Amino acid sequence: MSDTAKKEKAEAFGPAGKVLNELDDRLGIAKGGRSLLDKIFPDHWSFMLGEIALYSFFVLLATGIFLTLYFVPSQQSVVYWGSYAPLRGQHVSAAFASTIDITFKVRCGLLMRQMHHWACDIFVGAIVVHMARVFFTGAFRKPRELNYSIGLILLILAIGNGFVGYSLPDDLVSGTGLRIAFSITESVPLVGSYLAFFLFGGNFPGTAVIPRFFTIHVLLIPLVILGLVSAHLFLLVRQKHTQFPGKGRTEKNVVGAPMVPVFAAKATGFLFMVTGVIALLGGLAQINPIWQFGPYDASKISYAVQPDWYMGFLDGALRIWPAWEWTGFGHTIPLEVFLPAAVLPGIVFGICFAWPTIERLYTKDSAAHNLLDRPRDRPKRTAFGAAFFAFLAMLFIASSTDVLANFFHVSLNTVLWAMRILVIVVPFIVYPITVAICKELQQVDNGGKRKRANVVTRTADGAYLAVPAPERPGDGHHELDAEPVPDFIEFEGSDEASEPGINRVGR
Amino acid sequence: MTAEHGTPVSLSTASPDDPHMQPLARNPQRTERLIALAMFVGILGIVGFGVAYWYNANGWVYGVTLGGGITLLGFGITAWGKYLMPKGPFVEERHELRGTDEEREVFAAAVVQRGGGILGRRKLLAGMAGLGLAAFGVVAAFPLIRSLGPLPKKTLDETDWTKGSYLVDSTGRPVQVGDLAVGGIVTVFPKGYEDTENGQAVDQTVLIRLATTDYTTRPGRETWGPAGYVAYSKLCTHLGCPVGLYEQQLEKLVCPCHQSMFDVTNGAEPDFGPAPRPLPQLPIYVDGRGYLRAQGGYEEPVGPGFWERS
Repeated sequence: MSDTAKKEKAEAFGPAGKVLNELDDRLGIAKGGRSLLDKIFPDHWSFMLGEIALYSFFVLLATGIFLTLYFVPSQQSVVYWGSYAPLRGQHVSAAFASTIDITFKVRCGLLMRQMHHWACDIFVGAIVVHMARVFFTGAFRKPRELNYSIGLILLILAIGNGFVGYSLPDDLVSGTGLRIAFSITESVPLVGSYLAFFLFGGNFPGTAVIPRFFTIHVLLIPLVILGLVSAHLFLLVRQKHTQFPGKGRTEKNVVGAPMVPVFAAKATGFLFMVTGVIALLGGLAQINPIWQFGPYDASKISYAVQPDWYMGFLDGALRIWPAWEWTGFGHTIPLEVFLPAAVLPGIVFGICFAWPTIERLYTKDSAAHNLLDRPRDRPKRTAFGAAFFAFLAMLFIASSTDVLANFFHVSLNTVLWAMRILVIVVPFIVYPITVAICKELQQVDNGGKRKRANVVTRTADGAYLAVPAPERPGDGHHELDAEPVPDFIEFEGSDEASEPGINRVGR
Repeated sequence: MTAEHGTPVSLSTASPDDPHMQPLARNPQRTERLIALAMFVGILGIVGFGVAYWYNANGWVYGVTLGGGITLLGFGITAWGKYLMPKGPFVEERHELRGTDEEREVFAAAVVQRGGGILGRRKLLAGMAGLGLAAFGVVAAFPLIRSLGPLPKKTLDETDWTKGSYLVDSTGRPVQVGDLAVGGIVTVFPKGYEDTENGQAVDQTVLIRLATTDYTTRPGRETWGPAGYVAYSKLCTHLGCPVGLYEQQLEKLVCPCHQSMFDVTNGAEPDFGPAPRPLPQLPIYVDGRGYLRAQGGYEEPVGPGFWERS
């Protein structure tokens, strides 16, 4: 087609077409742009879990920037004379005082602080659930092992940044968390005390940790997360999304909705909904009320405090691990700290990273997979995942031994030993049960699909008859054959009165 | 759908009557009205947030107006996409990620030649470049890592307690022998350090006036606990939390972090929980004027274990 013909064609689309033409002359956007608009996203509720993570990350960035405008990252001691009466006249750090000011003085400050905290808990939670989806459906298999690993690194960074951010207000509870972090770092054989001194700029608490953690929290880790999220999404676009098997869905195509407008509308709306729910939580559900905890003082402590949920499994492991300190040759290895707090998470994440390789070696399957597994069709993988999560769940529960003992009126010793046993036993119970459930589900026809109703009638002589009800819209899934997105929809020719009208196509 | 896909001149067109172009909603007009209503209420919420801000309303009002507003608006947009836009389904072919055999061969040849071939031919320069980068890496590590903090040296072994240190409470008042009731407890610091970072973090010590009279004294510590008083480091030997709970009836110190318990009538031996060692004991005495003072510093490092601890 000649240039003039092309021009005429595009000018048929008015001024917008003209602008697009000018842009294409300079940027060459027409070809790639069109395929981007047409990019097909397969539809399944579980595919939105990653979206929740992404959108809560946006909320974290927005609320986080707001908080940096008021937060003072300094351990300088100041006397608090702000609007919160119970703390007036107390010596607190500038970090703590500014966080109290954000809470009580800055308009909307408390909302932003609580939204930030809730968004963080949701961010990490959504990543975990998203990864569980990826694991149980086999989406990590070739060619997506790299993107799976990026996701895992993102999870570790999210957990790490959550802890670092949690420490910044310099309140009594977070300060105790920092003390524990220092001691865990100290427990590393050979270099532990050096690591701890370099991280904290000297012996605990020193004066460097809050400013340092601030830079790590707002600059270093977010930058890495942003880069890796971009890589994660780039690879998603490049490799295209996986899909569940179904009508017309093959290893070589993607069936679903186009990026523009359908997916874009759903995703934009969902971004708003995630933001809205976080705002509701931030406004209605109190989280981390540091004004009740008070400022950090290394010789004071609070009771029955648990870390944020994603640190729970580590805290639980620290609680139930036996007191196994090793001493000899003039040295000490605090195994009761190093094993649960450093080696254990290393093993947990190590298994996660190694899983695609482990499974490939075990199944000898090195083909690329774009169609997902139903979890029941892979009983061993599903059962392993369930047992793995059960193990972590038991550790998580163990992080509240004191609360459990109080609540159930049993001795702490009973709870401790119960958790020590459950952590080991429960995964071994969960595994065979999950395998059995998977095998059962494989036998069910149309498992997971909506059942047709039965009409039960009683005849005159008392016999009962069950007859399947006539099919109704919404019964079953009558999907059309998938077609490529058309280049052009002829709205002009259609009868305006009938559009949008009652759906003329039977479903 | 009249598919003339692939022909360069004409666009493949679809009529709005095409089943793929139909909305999912059975009654689009009603659905549109419902969605519009949700969005309208959402907009009201967002405007309400502005009003709430103007009047500096309570936190929960912000949450309801802003959160409810955005959620409803988002619900509307998503529902529009799900129920009123073409329901499809549409299909797209996946492009093979793998290149052709020829492309792969050409690429591999280029990588190997330019890497091993062209770079490898100048072994001297390649070696120099590698050496330079390695040297830079090592040198750069000094400011990046070494500057971060002082070396631990003996810091972790030391406290500010010395021979004759007065035991003072957090306000700096020296503790006298009659100050504590039987069964009482107070956190003490060496005089002059009660308001310092190191004092609070490292020197913190619990002073307890035991109710039991027949407590066990460790060999060599016979004079360390005068007049029923014992003093132990307040830093838990597990992870360094302050051992802040005192179970007076059992005479045990409890760490609220991971529930280690220390029997203060028996040299603060841990008898429950993950703590591996007893709390170090501070030797104290009562001076001529009735003040409690330290006979000397701790004989072992306080707090959790670390490699250099012997």
